[in-house]
This record gives sequence, C-alpha cells and structure tokens, in this order.
Amino acid sequence: MVQFPILGIGILSWIVFLPVIGMLILIFIPKAYEKTIKYVAMIFPILQIILSVVLLMNYNKDLAGINKLESFQFVEKLSWINIPALIWDGTINIDYLMGIDGISLPMIILTSIIGFVGVLASFSIKRNEKGYYILYLFLVTGMMGTFCALDLFLFFVFWEIMLLPMYFLIGIWGGERREYAAIKFFLYTFFGGIFMLITIIGLYFSSKDPVTGLHTFNMLTLMNPAAIDPNSLLGGVGTNLRYLAFVALFIGFAIKVPIFPFHTWLPDAHVEAPTAISVILAGVLLKMGSYGIMRISYPIFPDAAVWFMYPMAILAMINIIYGALCAMAQKDFKKLIAYSSISHMGYVMLGIASGTAIGFNGAVFQMFNHGTITAVLFLSVGIIYDRAHTRGLYDFGGLANKMPKYFAVIIIAFFASIGLPGLSAFISESFVFLGGFKNETIRVLTIISTLGIILNAAYILWTIQRIFFGTLPEKWNEITDINGRELLSTVPLLLIIIILGIFPSPFINLMTSSVNQLVNIIWHLN
Amino acid sequence: MDYTLKYLPLVILLVPMFSFLLLAFFGNKLPRKGDFIAVSLLFINLALSLIVFFAFAQTGKYSYTVDWFNLGKGNLNFTAGFVIDELSSIMLIVVNAISAFVHLFSVKYMEGDAKYKKYFSYLGLFTFSMLGLVLTNNVLLMYVFWELVGVSSYLLIGFWYEKPAPQEAAKKAFIVNRVGDVGFFLGIMIIFLTLGTFTFTDIFAGIEAGKLQGGLLTAAGILLFCGAIGKSAQFPLHVWLPDAMEGPTPVSALIHAATMVAAGVYLTARIFVMLSADALTFVTFIGAITAFISATIAITQNDIKKVLAYSTISQLGYMIMAIGVGAMSFGMFHLVTHAFFKACLFLTAGSVIFGMHHVQDIREMGGLRKKMPITYWTFLIATFALCGVPFTSGFLSKDSILAATMAFANINGGITYIIPIIGFSVAGMTAFYMFRLLIIAFLGEPRNKEKYDHCHESPIQMTLPLIILAALSTFVVFSFNPIGADSGWIMQMMKTPESLLTGTKGMIYHIVDRAEYTEMLHHAHYPAMFLSLAIAGLGILLAYVFYHWKKVDVEKLTEKIKPLYNFSLNKWYFDELYDATVISFTMAISRLSAWVDNKIVDGVVNGSATVTRWTSFGSGKFDNVVVDGLVNFTGGLVGFFGLIFRKFQTGKIQTYIMFLVFGIIVLYFMFR
Repeated sequence: MVQFPILGIGILSWIVFLPVIGMLILIFIPKAYEKTIKYVAMIFPILQIILSVVLLMNYNKDLAGINKLESFQFVEKLSWINIPALIWDGTINIDYLMGIDGISLPMIILTSIIGFVGVLASFSIKRNEKGYYILYLFLVTGMMGTFCALDLFLFFVFWEIMLLPMYFLIGIWGGERREYAAIKFFLYTFFGGIFMLITIIGLYFSSKDPVTGLHTFNMLTLMNPAAIDPNSLLGGVGTNLRYLAFVALFIGFAIKVPIFPFHTWLPDAHVEAPTAISVILAGVLLKMGSYGIMRISYPIFPDAAVWFMYPMAILAMINIIYGALCAMAQKDFKKLIAYSSISHMGYVMLGIASGTAIGFNGAVFQMFNHGTITAVLFLSVGIIYDRAHTRGLYDFGGLANKMPKYFAVIIIAFFASIGLPGLSAFISESFVFLGGFKNETIRVLTIISTLGIILNAAYILWTIQRIFFGTLPEKWNEITDINGRELLSTVPLLLIIIILGIFPSPFINLMTSSVNQLVNIIWHLN
Repeated sequence: MDYTLKYLPLVILLVPMFSFLLLAFFGNKLPRKGDFIAVSLLFINLALSLIVFFAFAQTGKYSYTVDWFNLGKGNLNFTAGFVIDELSSIMLIVVNAISAFVHLFSVKYMEGDAKYKKYFSYLGLFTFSMLGLVLTNNVLLMYVFWELVGVSSYLLIGFWYEKPAPQEAAKKAFIVNRVGDVGFFLGIMIIFLTLGTFTFTDIFAGIEAGKLQGGLLTAAGILLFCGAIGKSAQFPLHVWLPDAMEGPTPVSALIHAATMVAAGVYLTARIFVMLSADALTFVTFIGAITAFISATIAITQNDIKKVLAYSTISQLGYMIMAIGVGAMSFGMFHLVTHAFFKACLFLTAGSVIFGMHHVQDIREMGGLRKKMPITYWTFLIATFALCGVPFTSGFLSKDSILAATMAFANINGGITYIIPIIGFSVAGMTAFYMFRLLIIAFLGEPRNKEKYDHCHESPIQMTLPLIILAALSTFVVFSFNPIGADSGWIMQMMKTPESLLTGTKGMIYHIVDRAEYTEMLHHAHYPAMFLSLAIAGLGILLAYVFYHWKKVDVEKLTEKIKPLYNFSLNKWYFDELYDATVISFTMAISRLSAWVDNKIVDGVVNGSATVTRWTSFGSGKFDNVVVDGLVNFTGGLVGFFGLIFRKFQTGKIQTYIMFLVFGIIVLYFMFR
C-alpha cells in the first residue's frame, strides 16, 4: 500500500532517500570539483524542504495517528523481509512501514530546514569535501527515516545507521580532540542502542498479531494491548518486567536526548564537531530521543509511563537546573551553548513527564523551537570561530559595535533562548510549565524547575556582556561582520522563531489531535 | 464612535512599533537618522490617545477579543484582546505624553551619540511594549508585554555598554526582574488551571463563582503581585532601579520613573478586586516598607539621579501601599501625577547634566539657579509636587493616600497604625531630601567654579518639555479645587471598584465595603491634610536650616551619627547582602556543578571506558599469555617430546633391534 505516490514511489520514501540519490551522484563527481560538490549537495536538502512543504499542504490535521494506521497519513506499507523462521513456528515478517502524524510532521519539517542550514554552514569545510558531503547526506537520510518509520525494526535500522556518518563527520572534520569525542559519541549511543535492541526483541517475542497470529515489529500493533500475548515475557499490565523494559528503552532514548546522567558525551561532541554537525546534532539528533519516548515508549508501555512520570520529572528538573548551572560555569562559548541545550531539553522532558495534552504540545513545540534556536546559536558560534579561531568567552568584548548585524542576529536568538515572549520558545516553555503544573504529582518539581528561567537569563546575559559589551580588544580590529551566506543561514530561522512566537496556532494545530490521542492512550480514555 | 474604540487602540499600539522597525532597518538612510519621524509619530500617537480617551468618556468601557490560538476542543483557549476603560485610557495618555516629550527632549540630549539611531528605535520598541501592557485585557498577554518592556529596559539601561557600569546594571535589572516574573508566571498558572482563562473579566467572574478561593486565591494574588515587586522595584527586589540610572537620563525619566516602573502598580490595580485580605496585607506592608527604606536612603545620596531614583522607589511604595489599604483609585491617581512630575524632575536633572557637561554629583553643583533659570523653576514646581505642597498635583494625590492609610488604620486598628506612621514620616523625609537636593544643586554659591562657568541653559527642545511637564504638575490639570480631588475629572472617572471579597477578614485585615471605607476617608481627609502639610513644611524647613542657612553643621552631625549615616549611604547594604548570599551561592554551586559534571559524571563514563580498556587489555594478555600460552605450551610439549623421540627415529635397523631388546628386558623385569 502506498499513499501519495510520486513516480510510483511514496512521498515519504522520496523525502527519506533523496539524499541517497545525492550520495550516488556525488560519488561520480571527481574530488577536484569542489564547488559542484557543494551545490549538488545543497540541492537535496532544498528538494526535501519542497517535499515537506508538500506534506504540510496535504496534511489533514484532524487525523490523530499515534496508534491507528488508518489515521496516519502518507502511509507506505510494503513487505520487506519475509523468511520462514527455522527455530520457531511461523515466519519472520518485517514490513517497510512508514507514515506520519502530528508528532512526526514537525520533526520532518525541522529536519529538512536544519538539513539545508547545515549545508550552508558546511561551506567553511575545506578538507576532503567529497567525503564530507557524502557522509552528510547519509546522515540526513538516517534522521529523516527515524522520524518516518512506524516499524520498530525499520526504526532501529535508521537509528543506528545514522551513527556511522556522525562518527566519521566528528572524527575526521572535528576539532583537536575529535577522535576522543567521536568514539565517545559512538560508543555511548551504541551502548544505548543495545538496551533498545533487547527491548525490541523482547517486544517482538511477546507480540502476537491478532490478525495473522505472528510475532510483529509493527509499532502500531504493539500499542494494542490485545496484540501482546498475556503469557509472554512482556504480557500483562504493570509487571516488573514491563517496567524493566520501559527503563531499558528509556535509557536508549535518554542517552540521545541527553538526560542526566547520560549527557556527558554531548559537550565533548559539540565542542569537537564542525559547526554544521553541531547544528545537526543539537537541531535534530537530540530530538530523536524525546521523539522516541513519545512515539514508542509511551504508547507501548502506557502503564509504565504513568508509573515513571515522577522519576522522569525529577530527571527533567535536574536537566533544567543542573544544565543551566553547568552552562554558567563554562568558559568556552560552544560548551556553554551545549550545556544550555541540556537545560532546554529538560523542558521537553518535563512536558513529556507531565502526561498532559498541554505538556505534550509544549514538548513537541519545544523540540522544534529548540531546534531552530540552538541552530542559530551554534551557527553564531561558528561565525565567530571562523573569524577569530577561538571560542573563549573571555577572549572577546565590544563586538556589538564591531559586528552590529551579527549582534542583532544573535541577540534575537539569545532572547528566544531565555524564553522571551513574542519569540517561539516562550509559548512552548509556558505550555510545558502549565502541563507540569497541571499534573499534581509533579507540581512541586515543576515549580522548582521554574528557577531555570532565572538561571537561563543569568548565563545568557552574562555571555552577551562578555562577548559583545565593553571595549574591543585590539587583536580583533580586523574582524568582519556577518556575510551574506551566514545571513542566509540564520535569518530564515530567526523569521521562523519570530513568526511562531506571534502566530503559533497553525503550527500547534498540526499536532493537537495527535497529542490528544496520545494522552487518551496513556490514561486509557478510549 | 464604535470604530474609534475598535481600531484606534490598535493603531496607537502599532505606531511606535512602526517607528522602531523603520528606524532599525532604514534609520541610517534617513535624514537625521529619522529622529523627526520618531518624534512626530509619538505626538500623533498622543493626539490619537486623546481621541480614544474622549471616545471612551462618551461611550464607556470597550473590550475587544480575538482567538490567539487554542489547544484541542475549545477547552484550552488562548485569546488576545484589549480593553479601553478608565485605567487604560488614562494610561494611554500618560505613556504617550511622556514618551513624546522624552523623544523631543532626547533630540538635543543625545545629539552626536554614535548610536543615535539605535536609541530612537529602542524608544519606539519600549513605547510599543508599554502600550501593549496597558491595553491588554488578559493576564498572559500582559506578561508578554511585561517581558518586552523588560527587554527594552535592558537595552536602554545598557545603552552605553562600552562602559562596565551600564553592562552590570542592565544585566542586574533583567535578572532581578526575572525573579519577580517567575512569581508572576506561577500566579498565572494557578489562575489558568483553576479558572481556565486568562481574561481579567473571566478571572473575576470565576472567582466570584467561588472556583478559586481560600489559601490558593491568596497565593495567586501574592504571586501575581511578585511581578509588581520586581517591575516596580519594591522591597526586596528594589536593588535594580538605582543602578538602572546608568542609562541615558531621558530613558530614566520615561522608563525608570514615569511609565515602566509604574507597570507593577498598574498590574496591582488591575487585580485589586481579586486580592484577598491577606494578600492585601502583604501588598500594603511591602509598599510601606519600600517607601520607608528608600526614603531613608535618598537622604544621604549625592548623585542627583540616585536621589531621584530612590525617591521614585519610595513613591512607588506609596502607590502600592495605597492599593493595599483599599484605595486603588488613589494609587492610580498618584501614579498619574507622579508620572508627570517625576518625568519633569528627571528631565530637569538631564538638563542639568547636559548643561554641566556630565556632572551628576550634586557636591560639584551649586548656584545653578542663575545659570539655568528655566530648569530651576520647573525643577522647583516638580519638587513642590513631589513634596505635596498645596496647589500642585502631588498635593492632591499624596494627601488622598495619606488619608486612605489613616482610614485603613482606623478600621483595622492595632498594628496597622504603623502604616500611616510610615506614610507621614516618608512624607517628611521626602520634603527634606528633595529640598536638600534643590538647595545644594541650585542655590548658594557654585562649588566648582570651572564647571559653573561653562554651564549654560539648555536649548528650547529640552526646556519646552520641562515647561509642559511642570505645567502638568499643577492642581488645575486634575481638579479645580486645590485642596481636594474628589470633584476633579480623574477621581470622578476612576472609582475604586468593590472588592470581590468584601466582608472577608484576614489575619489583620478586614475588607470593608466601599460605603464604609468612603465614610472613614471623609473623617480622615482634613486631619491627614493638616498633618501632612505640617510634616512636609517641617521637612522643608529642616533642609533650609541644614543646607541653606547652615544653622547646624551637617559635617559634625554626620560624624555623630556615623553608623546610621553609613547605613543609609550604603543603601542598607542590600547589594552587599545579595552579593554575599544569593549571588555567591549561585556562582559557587554553578562551579561545583561544572566540576561534578567534569570529574564525577563524566569521570564515571571515562572511568568505565578505562576499566573496559584495561579489562580488554587484560583479557588480551590473558588470551595472549595464558590461553594462547596453553595452546603454545601444548604444542611446545608435543614438540619437546618429538625432539626427544626424534632421537629414537634413527632409521637404523640395529638401533631399533637394540631398543626392542632393551624394552623386552625392561618389561620382563616390570612384570616378573
């Protein structure tokens, strides 16, 4: 079954695998044609943006998705792996199943935008560009696929496949300690992947498709309690094994988000990664973790989700406050933004832990907003690093007068990051807090978390002061203001941030019905 | 008229935004960087807000609401809208008027500044945010504009960010305000989750229906008021406002004296009807404490702007206290009169600083009366207003507040008598420190001859706003009766509404109905008036005795009360206290977190990696040495035996026969 085919192939397959076509083309372009390589690489994210606009225009916001295939949109279902099993009865049957709903659509839009911005930011890469762009496109495919997949096996394939290009992109084109950072990133995420895999296999063997009677990897089937064999490992409701499986899955996702105490790969990876990769990392990759929790953990283990809300809220609170405190103590601009990411992903987690519609809305919206805002911040760090070759917060001063356009760009991003009303993150953060406050179990934790608002303002304003205020050190007399390409990569994001801050409704409407459906599943309202 | 009230407020709101965007993007291309556009737009806006005001006076309250966005099936609805009522229509005029005068004043004051264009565009941004705050009919939107005024204030305090002091002041202002805002936001959350709405009228309807009551209602009221504590610089968050004087002086006049800092008072007035008895007690005491502390500090300050800043805090405390004691309309009245005379005072201070070439220390001034006559006379009128001298607007509003505190104490008795006592003592101190300032700066002999000689009166662009503002500080603007405002238009229009909780009792506070309160007010009116006149007169007299006639040696007196003097001069050591506690603590815990993160959390990760590496190294060795060693050993053993047995394989039949015989012999002996 393929809905919305273009040239016989489903639109989701197009959007996921377009970059692979790009890779194949790049392979045949000789290394010396650097410009051609860049522009060819740029075409594919642009095509993805066009396709995601097509998705957006044809998307029916009243269909909920989440656990019902018929209310998913642009669905593609093809038999992928179908072999008779040797050890047990029946066959191994894995579908190529893709589809989107109100939770994945914002992420797909985000990925296509950030993918394009990332290519622009990659123009400062001067070493082995061919290899770089091939890996970059491969990375984009992996991310897109993760947000489209509705089959656990397929999801896992995309999830893991993306590690490979990331490892090389950091390890080859990164900073001084790039190898350490790359290995740390790879091993850490891979370690989490193992936990995921165990749970996925456990789910597979516990499942029994009510229609075919076979085991299945289909997420939507697994969300149906009737599809879980009550006598199996993960059968029943609220059993210890189910809790354990939830935790194992959670660890896999938590490492990606990252949630305290699994977050320490992030500052290293960010500091060492080239600008574009930092942008991708913060802009999209982190969201895969929180997306996974909403897409897989919550609907498949609603019993455990409710049980673990309190601990998750504690972790979210730690993320928010501890991340902000750590950010405050940093002396490296990029590391500061990395820790601020940890703090802001805490808001996402708090929204998820709230288990309320408004909290989920806030969480998804915050994922999107954090993606755009942090992308601008990392781009800005890159802009200054390209010119000064240092990121020390104490190495600068007085740049506001020297680089007025740059100052204007970054100050909007900074104020968005501290949740200034009129900019997008204000709405998502407010939703998250409202959601957390609404849930009586985690109300106190939510109140404590609001301290993060103050801390965020403190370290951001301090950063502005150190970099932009005061007098310009003489060594930066020659520094130039932001150029056209850099404006092209940041200004569209800023426009999104401002527009969504003033008119959030078109965006929120996209996800409302899905979010409500998710709430219904968790609290068994249907 | 309907259209006037429907669309004109939006136009008024957007005009300064337009000014901001125009100047920010095209300012450099415009002649004179577009300042004349900004100024004329603001004067147009002032005219428009007068039209709105008269339209409102004819047709009455008008409110307009649209859906902003909603979540799901209509149960979570976020709206946006504005309301034109007596509060907002008057505030529109106040904000636009002062903003327009400040724009005009700034043309000369900021002339030649490198960031001239930026300055005017920021003023536009501020005015936009402030008008939004005033117009909105919904508490969430108020929070939105609340934060936006905070940002424009941040940008303008830190306008001269090349110097360290403005940087610090801007940052401090924003962060301190954030502390209050968190409380504000928590209050909004309580309201939204219990009542499901943000609109003021719906909130009040919900409370009237009993959906939010008791302790939670008190908490909601106090939390919302926390926002006011931050923005209106109330104790204990008042520390940012004196530092905010690092901004350009016209900005201090507009933002940090007349309008933005009054936003907290405006908010408290808006939510007045839902404040429970205990919340009102809290409001009253915060206001009184603030008024008192800052008045005691203002007495010893030597920076002309610092004196005015502390006086602003003190007057804001008055307004808050007035709302607390149940006289909301008086608080708002004082807000309006204060806005004009305090803006006038700040702009005169600006004129002095301009004329004296950036001298702010009053000990360097003296005798300026002769050099700057217009500045002097306008300063004098505004000072009269601030001190509550008859025939000024300040006299009317201040007396009303003092009468209200007396009425309040008469109703509640006991400890509440401290409120009027504070009120009157602050009135005395205000008169004293203002005349101290006036005498030292404008009268007597010049102390710095060189500066004095170069000093000049300011140009017409600066003095004209001063004259207008001074004129607006007289009683006729608000009431034709110089000793009572009751019959004046503003008091006729603005009546304190009946509280939703009338008749309830808090710990020490009893909310009585309006009729009873008005009755008590009438009794208090004349005693309060005479008492305050006497006290203000005493304050002025003392100032003359000390500083003009020099009957008392101030130096010696200061020596005698050195600890008290230092306590006041150092602002009660609030900054030092906060530095030593909250700030040090936060910085320490932040460094600790970073250390923990680096050494412990990441240490575990790296540690486990190390352990894994050592384990793999160990198992590698084990594999190499033991497992492989065993294999090799076996092989070696076999080889060794082979080596030995090879000796036997000589290939000679004789040797084999010999071994055979030898073997048989051995076997024979073994089994014999």
